[in-house]
Amino acid sequence: MKVAVCDYGAGNVRSVIVALNRLGADASSTQDPVELTDADLAVLPGVGSARAAMSGMKAHGLDEALRSRVAAGGPTLGICLGLQLALEETEEDGGVVGLGLLPGRATRVSVGRVPRIGWARVEPEGAVYYFAHSYAAQTSAAVATSEGIVAEARAGSFVGVQFHPEKSGSAGAQWLGRCL
Amino acid sequence: MVGTMPLARLIPCLDVARGRVVKGVRFRGLRAVGDPVEMGAAYSDAGADELVFLDIEATLEQRRSRIDLVARIADRLAIPFTVGGGVRGLADARDLLRAGADKISVNTAVLERPGLIGELAAEVGSQAVVVAIDAAGGKVVSRAGTRRTPWDAVEWAREAEERGAGEILLTSIDADGTRRGYDLALTRAVAGAVTIPVIASGGAGGARHVAEALGVAQAALLASILHENPDRLTSLRGELLALGVPVRHVA
Repeated sequence: MKVAVCDYGAGNVRSVIVALNRLGADASSTQDPVELTDADLAVLPGVGSARAAMSGMKAHGLDEALRSRVAAGGPTLGICLGLQLALEETEEDGGVVGLGLLPGRATRVSVGRVPRIGWARVEPEGAVYYFAHSYAAQTSAAVATSEGIVAEARAGSFVGVQFHPEKSGSAGAQWLGRCL
Repeated sequence: MVGTMPLARLIPCLDVARGRVVKGVRFRGLRAVGDPVEMGAAYSDAGADELVFLDIEATLEQRRSRIDLVARIADRLAIPFTVGGGVRGLADARDLLRAGADKISVNTAVLERPGLIGELAAEVGSQAVVVAIDAAGGKVVSRAGTRRTPWDAVEWAREAEERGAGEILLTSIDADGTRRGYDLALTRAVAGAVTIPVIASGGAGGARHVAEALGVAQAALLASILHENPDRLTSLRGELLALGVPVRHVA
C-alpha cells in the first residue's frame, strides 16, 4: 500500500514512515500535492507548532490537496497536531485557521501538567497509547477519549488521533495496522 | 474523567561518548557499557516508556557523525526518543528531529542564551523542547557539570518554563551514579515550582528509590541500574506496580 506522509517543515516524519514500513506499507515523505492525491493513504503527521506547520503546508499547496482528497473520499490520517490542524481552527500560536476536515476547534489543555506527556488509556478501546500535546480537539466528531480529552475523531474519510500510534509500542503498531 | 494525568514514565538513558554508551559516577570515571543502537532497541522492545540519548562530549565533528547514529537508533525504536548533548541552536535541533528524534534536550546553550528556548518552542512546539538542568548543591552547573552558573535550580526551571520549555530533565550531580536514591528535596522543589512535567535523574539504586522519585516527578531516568542488566527494566516495572506506583502494564 502506497502511503504519502506530508512533510511540511521541521520535525520528525521519519518515525511514522519507519512504523508504517515495518507493517509492510510503502511509505515515504512528500511535499508534492500530486503524490498526496495519488497515494492509497495520506498521513498528516504530528510535528511542529501549528503556525509553522500550516504555513509549511500552504507553501507547498498541501492544504488544498488534503481538502480535495478527503472530499473525494481518500483515506487520510492525522496524528497529534495533524488532528488539530484538521479542525476548523486552533487557538495555538494566537489562533490558526485549520483545514476544516473535522468540525470544532483545538483549545489549550487545562488540567494536569501541560504539555500533557506520557502514556494514557483510551476509551472505549482500553489500550494505552503515548500522548505529547498542549492543545486538544473540541469536536462533535469524537469517537474515543482519554482522561476526558478527545483521543480520536472521524469524519468521512478522515481519521485523526491525538496520541502517537507510531510511538506507542506494540499497541500503536496494531492501531496503525488497522489503517492499512 | 477517571484520572487527569498520564502514567508515570520509566526512561532509560544512554549517555554516549565516541559512539559508545558510557556510565560514570557523579559525571566522572566514565566506562563503556555497550552499543547504543543495540541497547536502544533492547529497551524499546522491553517496554521502556521513552528513550533518552545524551551525547556527553559533543564536538563539532562528532555532532555530524551523531546524526547518523541517532537515525540508526530511531529506526529501531517504537517509543518516543529524546536527543541532547551539545545542541547549540535551531539548525542542530532541526537535523536531529529529521533524523528521528521526537524531542530535543538543551542545557548549556540555553544557559548561555535563554532566548533559544522560545525560538525552539515556536518552531517545533513546546512538547519537543526538554530543558536539562544539572544541579549541584541546588545550583545549576553547565558544560557537563564543569562550570558554575549563577542560577538556582528552582529559579532556572521556572524561567525555562516561562520561555516555552515542555519538560524539565533534572539531574542531581550529587546523586548521579551513587545508587543511593534520587535527590527528592531538589526534585520536589522543582516539580512544585513548575506546571510542566519533570523527569527525575540521578541516583536510582532500586525500586523503592524509583517509587519515591515518581511520587514527586512525572518520570524517572534510569541508567546505572539498567545497563548491566537490561532485563532489570521488566522486573523493576513489576516491583513498582506491586508498590502501587501507576506505571504502564507491559505485556
